[in-house]
Amino acid sequence: MKTLQELEAIRQKKINELNLRESTEGNIRVVVGLATCGIAAGARPVMTAFVEEVSKRQLNNVTVSQTGCIGMCRLEPIVEVLEPGKEKVTYCKVKPEQVSRIVAEHIVNGNPVVEYTIGSYE
Amino acid sequence: MIYRSHILVCAGTGCTSSNSLQIIDNFNNLLAEKGYEKEVQVIRTGCFGLCAAGPIVVVYPEGVYYSRVTPEDVEEIVNEHIIKGRPVERLIYKEHDADGTSTTLNDSSFYKKQHRIALRNCGRIDPENIDEYIAFDGYKALGKCLTELSRDDIVDILLASGLRGRGGGGFPTGLKWKFAKAPESDVKYVCCNADEGDPGAFMDRSVLEGDPHSVLEAMAIAGYCIGAQQGYIYVRAEYPIAVKRLRIAIDQAREYGLLGDNIMGTGFKFDIDLRLGSGAFVCGEETALLASIEGQRGEPRTRPPFPAVKGLWGKPTLLNNVETYANICQIILNGADWFASMGTEKSKGTKVFALGGKINNTGLVEVPMGTTLREVIYDIGGGIPNGKKFKAAQTGGPSGGCIPAEHLDIPIDYDNLNSIGSMMGSGGMIVMDEDNCMVNIAKFFLEFTVDESCGKCPPCRIGTRRMLEMLTRITEGKGQPGDIEKLEELAKNIKASALCGLGQTAPNPVLSTIRYFRDEYEAHIYEKRCPAGECKALLNFVIDPEKCKGCSLCAKKCPVGAISGEIKSPFTIDTSKCVKCGLCMESCKFKAIEKK
Ligand SMILES: Cc1cc2nc3c(=O)[nH]c(=O)nc-3n(C[C@H](O)[C@H](O)[C@H](O)COP(=O)(O)O)c2cc1C
Ligand code: FES
Repeated sequence: MKTLQELEAIRQKKINELNLRESTEGNIRVVVGLATCGIAAGARPVMTAFVEEVSKRQLNNVTVSQTGCIGMCRLEPIVEVLEPGKEKVTYCKVKPEQVSRIVAEHIVNGNPVVEYTIGSYE
Repeated sequence: MIYRSHILVCAGTGCTSSNSLQIIDNFNNLLAEKGYEKEVQVIRTGCFGLCAAGPIVVVYPEGVYYSRVTPEDVEEIVNEHIIKGRPVERLIYKEHDADGTSTTLNDSSFYKKQHRIALRNCGRIDPENIDEYIAFDGYKALGKCLTELSRDDIVDILLASGLRGRGGGGFPTGLKWKFAKAPESDVKYVCCNADEGDPGAFMDRSVLEGDPHSVLEAMAIAGYCIGAQQGYIYVRAEYPIAVKRLRIAIDQAREYGLLGDNIMGTGFKFDIDLRLGSGAFVCGEETALLASIEGQRGEPRTRPPFPAVKGLWGKPTLLNNVETYANICQIILNGADWFASMGTEKSKGTKVFALGGKINNTGLVEVPMGTTLREVIYDIGGGIPNGKKFKAAQTGGPSGGCIPAEHLDIPIDYDNLNSIGSMMGSGGMIVMDEDNCMVNIAKFFLEFTVDESCGKCPPCRIGTRRMLEMLTRITEGKGQPGDIEKLEELAKNIKASALCGLGQTAPNPVLSTIRYFRDEYEAHIYEKRCPAGECKALLNFVIDPEKCKGCSLCAKKCPVGAISGEIKSPFTIDTSKCVKCGLCMESCKFKAIEKK
């Protein structure tokens, strides 16, 4: 038998998942390049890491989505973070281990992790 | 498990019949094959309401709305959209009027004027997953009732909300609950009318298929309020998907202890069972429905006593319609004032309509009471196909009447519709254009009631049959002067003397078509002519000798050899042989053949 508290817990947990599904205009968008080049370079685990990190922190204003090839295949996996009113930030050669730092420093606190961005690779 | 993308596929009856289950299978197989099953989840949902454009597939988080998807399209959606992130343009839902495409469905004019309360979860949650229902405040209203509200509070909230029964009668729901709560009895019942016999209506089916828990929760609230421990849902066996989802929902609710003994630890006990009806229209009538649940013949009886006093097995019983229940939890959560702020003076909230007939967006719409018919038909429904002219809309099905073009701007509510000779009914809305003959429409609905009459009372059993015979005569060109008056008199007597609602309302379609389209009846009777060109017996196909070039194509097409003539001079049709199939008219390149 479920008590009112247990129902509330189910609600909290589930609504996060559903919000992730529905937010068409999340304030912040994380876009992972998931074309063949990206996938071959290991973009899938990166994508999963973002989804998990974002939902663990219950960042309802963030959507994680996928996109095609941006054209710089040698720098894949490429992840772009788009915030309204700000220049977009492009991360290159992202590894799953780097994701929690990007989320913590950039998405939550607003300071892009410069050393992972495209400028450091070009 | 967390997913980056969700593919929502409509598994409502409309889309299921156009193969959406195959689409779901294809998605699952293909995603598994490509190794995406851990990233992308395929979810079956209830009806989106836009069945005309089905099967419907929506991909989140982008909210891209695909229509008319076939199982073969699945591969392209997966390869392009899911893998490469490029929505498949050619499948994106396009509106009829605008050429600009809208990729998110909430922008389309089909949804813009709608306000979804009863249908709020349809197309949004997975109806077979109780957690998704709970996520959108499911079972919160029941919790509130059991822990914060007294039984009288609930009645007061419903009374103040102004909610009226959505099953057709429009009786105030709060009052009904009050009457059912009043008698002292150790056994009472809560029943749900999911019989939905009105031809062309599928509002209740969609709620049950898309959001079954909303009905279960409201019935449990009703049980607490009136003091009942057992509920029955009377659902027609022709709704297999609804039945299956209800069964799953009941099992899940029992497992969570939201039905059964000691609900949420409050000591309240309530359970629900299904009863399948076999699809007799009269079993939607409340006393016939209760008789049918008891295992008796589905025949109505006289009232009083009303079910609230003496219902199922002689015990006080509350019976409400599916859509009525679907509104209850929202009213409890958001308050009576919230609900009463929508709609007109005497009709509050919203109403779901099943749009059908000659209309572009066949489907389900939920609009605030007081929306005009014009908005429903033109803005939401997308107007009449092929540039034809609107003639009338039938609301209330076989018990209702037609609304002609002159009343297009009337705000839809219970009282307005009654005042123009139609009724709200359960929400079927059938649109007719200039090619529909109103005498024939009246005949269609009367055929239905004659078939469905249970035969217990003579006015309905014999009276409606006599009316049908007269209408048939008229459409065959054998109408006699005085027929209209005879129809009117018979109608008046049947309405006054039939036992139940079926007979009492059966003459309505005839009366309302006579009221607004008397000239069509007169044309049939006195001029032996069908102005809409639908009644075959009154039609003649003729060749205009001015336009006919004598090509002989029509003569070759005619299946009965009724057309003859010399090449290069006008042909003629022998009306005694003609079977009025219309093939000649379709085949003529010079538009020389007319229906008269
Ligand atoms: C012939 C006939 C058929 C009916 N069919 C239905 C039906 O299919 N569904 C329904 O909810 N009510 C139907 N009703 C109305 C019910 O008798 C009853 O008024 C209604 O279920 C009460 O619920 P409500 O107060 O929530 O509207 C029908 C009534 C008649 C006379
Ligand atoms: S059944 Fe799919 S939109 Fe109605």
